[in-house]
Amino acid sequence: MPVVLHGHPGPGRKVKAVALVASDNFSARYDLDRQKGVFSRPGHALFGQSYVGKVLVLNTAKGGVASAWMIREMVERGISPAALLFNRVNPILAQGAAFANLALLDRFDGDVTKLITTGDELMVEPEFGRVTIL
Amino acid sequence: MRINDEEEAMLAGEMGEPRRWAISHQLEVGRFFDAEDFVPVTQAHIMGDTESLGESGVTFLEELATAGVQDRRVRIPTITDPRGLDLSTYRRLKQTETMVRLEARASAALEAFGVLMTNTCINYQTVFPATLGEHLAMGDTGVVIYSNSVMGARSNFEGGPSALAAGLTGRTPRYGYHLDRYRRASRHIVVQEQPKDLSDWGALGGMVGKLANSYWEVPVVDGLLAVPTSDQLKHFGAALASFGSVALFHMPGTTPECRKIADVVEGSIPEAVTITRNDYDTFYAAYAARGEKVDVVVFAAPQLSLFELQQLADLIGDKKIHPETSLLVATSPEIKQAADRMGLTGRIEQSGAILLSGVCFYQSYAREMAEANGWKRLMSNSAKLINIIGGYGYLPTLGTTERCVASAIKGTIV
Repeated sequence: MPVVLHGHPGPGRKVKAVALVASDNFSARYDLDRQKGVFSRPGHALFGQSYVGKVLVLNTAKGGVASAWMIREMVERGISPAALLFNRVNPILAQGAAFANLALLDRFDGDVTKLITTGDELMVEPEFGRVTIL
Repeated sequence: MRINDEEEAMLAGEMGEPRRWAISHQLEVGRFFDAEDFVPVTQAHIMGDTESLGESGVTFLEELATAGVQDRRVRIPTITDPRGLDLSTYRRLKQTETMVRLEARASAALEAFGVLMTNTCINYQTVFPATLGEHLAMGDTGVVIYSNSVMGARSNFEGGPSALAAGLTGRTPRYGYHLDRYRRASRHIVVQEQPKDLSDWGALGGMVGKLANSYWEVPVVDGLLAVPTSDQLKHFGAALASFGSVALFHMPGTTPECRKIADVVEGSIPEAVTITRNDYDTFYAAYAARGEKVDVVVFAAPQLSLFELQQLADLIGDKKIHPETSLLVATSPEIKQAADRMGLTGRIEQSGAILLSGVCFYQSYAREMAEANGWKRLMSNSAKLINIIGGYGYLPTLGTTERCVASAIKGTIV
């Protein structure tokens, strides 16, 4: 039986992909090697793991404003996550996702990093603020 | 989200394609944050370094800039954050001609919009300070937190595309720190151990940032015995924004919206968290590497003020940097010219250091510079830089300004 989670509607298109989850925060500039498509910050819970094509499920955004440009760059080079799910984002990730037309949702009914497990197959529908664990 | 007749006209493309794109982007962001309408802004500040823009961002700017002059000119003063490289020093840092070409394309496109190429993250010290209650659209988290907190202005973090959009439309969605209800303190920090060096102010900002840990938290920081200087608050705010993604803090008696804690608290004052000497020691210890070879010592993030450059020149004196260590210092173009004129550049560079203009280290292809120069161990007095640079493959060490200079001279971390 699929489980349906509800968050705040956000930008981007409907997408189906596998989840990569951590109770950690996120910045494209601070945390990623955007050439290799992996988390490169040694202290990050997902250090060394590939984020390409995954639905990234994390706590919140951190740090600087560069992610707003970087998300589109990653999307256009085909080394981006498939979607971003957060408990609460800052404006930068929302602006970046809108600019890149990448699916983004936040403000779920519970802690989304606990509701979803790495490896879950997800259907993300940003227009409706809906995530289905298939 | 309510829009007026002028915004409707922009959305319909009646004021040109750049403004149609801009208002459309802003509406999408505004709806995500449940903004009710737009608020006029008086300045915009764009992060547009090519390391973050990439080919994709530069091409986007170029295409948007092909519109007619009337359609593409920004409507309010719009300025830039540091660039990706300094044309007078890039060869010494082993940055490439490819980077230079991309940088030139980005600058030409931004200039076509009428953007003023200030290339600085200390515009509040050097270009045009904000005023109490002024609504802005600022890029660079350090600029936002300083403008909001120290000056009492009102801005959210505006990434490059959104800041450009604000420049083109002259407004931004009214959400977050444009609204009174988001500016109330939600965390209460009491400082028991007074910060001394700028690195201590950054460490304090880092510790408060880790405690707050969200864009939507607003710390009120009490217990400081002396009124801080602009440079101290600059390092404190930059680290707080970097570690915690925080955009506003209050300090009773220092920041303009907070003469006393009760001014910024609704209901009861949040339970206090105390910061002690032990907390500073733990913070520094996480980056300690005493005795190890240091490859590069960096003073940047934020760019240095004239006073910081003078202190640095005094600390260096007539000494030379160790031949196997690089010492880099970044400031704004305006302050660089002042430093040239006042003899500070010569005093700093006689040591073998390089004074960079209009750039900041982490926005300057830090990963590529590390690979080209064989840099691994980096030391700085900037907690913000220490927080960022690990993701670029560096091993960072935080030290006082004095220890950073001494380490650059000795070639090992002291």
